[in-house]
Amino acid sequence: MSLLVEAWNFILQHPGRFGQALFTHITLSAAALLTAATIAIPVGIAVADRARGALLAINAANIGRTLPSLAVLALVMPILGTGFMPSWFALTLLAIPPILINTTIAIRDVDADIVDAARGMGMSAREIIRKIRFPLALPVIFAGIRTSAVQVVSGAVLAAYIGGGGLGDFITAGIAMMAVPQLLVGAIPATLLSLGTDFLFGRIQRRMTPAALRS
Amino acid sequence: MTWLMRNWDQVLLGLYEHIVISLSALVIAFVLAFAIGLWAARRETVYQAALAISGFLYTIPTLAFLALMIPIVGLGKANAIIVMVCFSLLILIRNIATGIRGAPAEVVDAARGMGMSGAQILWKVEVPLALPVIVAGMRIAAVTVISVSVVAAYIGAGGLGTLIFNGISNDHTPKIWAGALTACALAVIVDLSLAAVERRLQRRVREASTAHPGGMDGDRQ
Repeated sequence: MSLLVEAWNFILQHPGRFGQALFTHITLSAAALLTAATIAIPVGIAVADRARGALLAINAANIGRTLPSLAVLALVMPILGTGFMPSWFALTLLAIPPILINTTIAIRDVDADIVDAARGMGMSAREIIRKIRFPLALPVIFAGIRTSAVQVVSGAVLAAYIGGGGLGDFITAGIAMMAVPQLLVGAIPATLLSLGTDFLFGRIQRRMTPAALRS
Repeated sequence: MTWLMRNWDQVLLGLYEHIVISLSALVIAFVLAFAIGLWAARRETVYQAALAISGFLYTIPTLAFLALMIPIVGLGKANAIIVMVCFSLLILIRNIATGIRGAPAEVVDAARGMGMSGAQILWKVEVPLALPVIVAGMRIAAVTVISVSVVAAYIGAGGLGTLIFNGISNDHTPKIWAGALTACALAVIVDLSLAAVERRLQRRVREASTAHPGGMDGDRQ
């Protein structure tokens, strides 16, 4: 209990440092998630109708998904160096697979009858994607974004090792000096941020799902 | 490359430690998850509670979780194994419970009609039918555990992460490459092998259900 009080006092004594770390953590996560979505959603839509392309995308993403986050961050460092940009790059790589898999599968598996009906009404392929398939696939795509978001917030803690800043800085410094209060200053907010992200994206995901399909 | 030629024993030792700690965590997690999963398969409230708690644990960032355990259990392997077990519970419990629930009711009825006891039904009917789903869970859990144990090197748990951290602090790139690439390779190889096992088991369940259409029609539902 006293450790928690000490951790709280640490924040009060270093409000600037804490605020900066929290801000970096959120900016880094948001930047990586946005970049990943901007890449993965169009690619997923583009490959969804090509059997071979979809299989390739899904298999590549599945392999990408198994790679340990820290290993990916570490591999980026010798090439791009340390700091915010390399961390952004590595976290983007980690965030792409779940969004890519979900987009490809969701767009591909939209009910063929609905697509046929739309085509019968004279819609172009582009219109069918924009007005029919994308909206219907959206809940599943967003589920992928949610998975990636939580993964990125967790991964951003590890970015401290390659100088990406964020809440991980307090944890690594705390472990290195065995200063438990300082370590909690990083660990507790990082945990809350991750849980909060999962909760928030869960709420949005529910709202995107048509009422009739909610479980 | 020359560094690797001269220090392959370090990489091999890291790989060995990595596999040992990951396997220990997986075995413990599996035993725990199997007990909870069986219980959860029979009771909806237990299922919901188990998923809520393990889902909460799964969301905690790896390094934060390891750090949070330091005041309680200190540095080292015990800390790492606790965290790795907590991270694999969600996926294992979910797959074990849904796998066992997935056994078709008429097959279970038929087994009961043949005079099988509850335990016999579990081990001879429900578990074999659930096996592909359980292995699918093991596959994700194994990959998760391998990934966590890279980070756990920072709190002194050993393994391939040690090479990465030494490489980062000494600015020694070949060490980073060796540690990170070996860890990636380990994760991919484990994932692909368990995927192959999963496919084979799926085929076996399917074959069994077509060979004895009256007995195990897990396929036709």
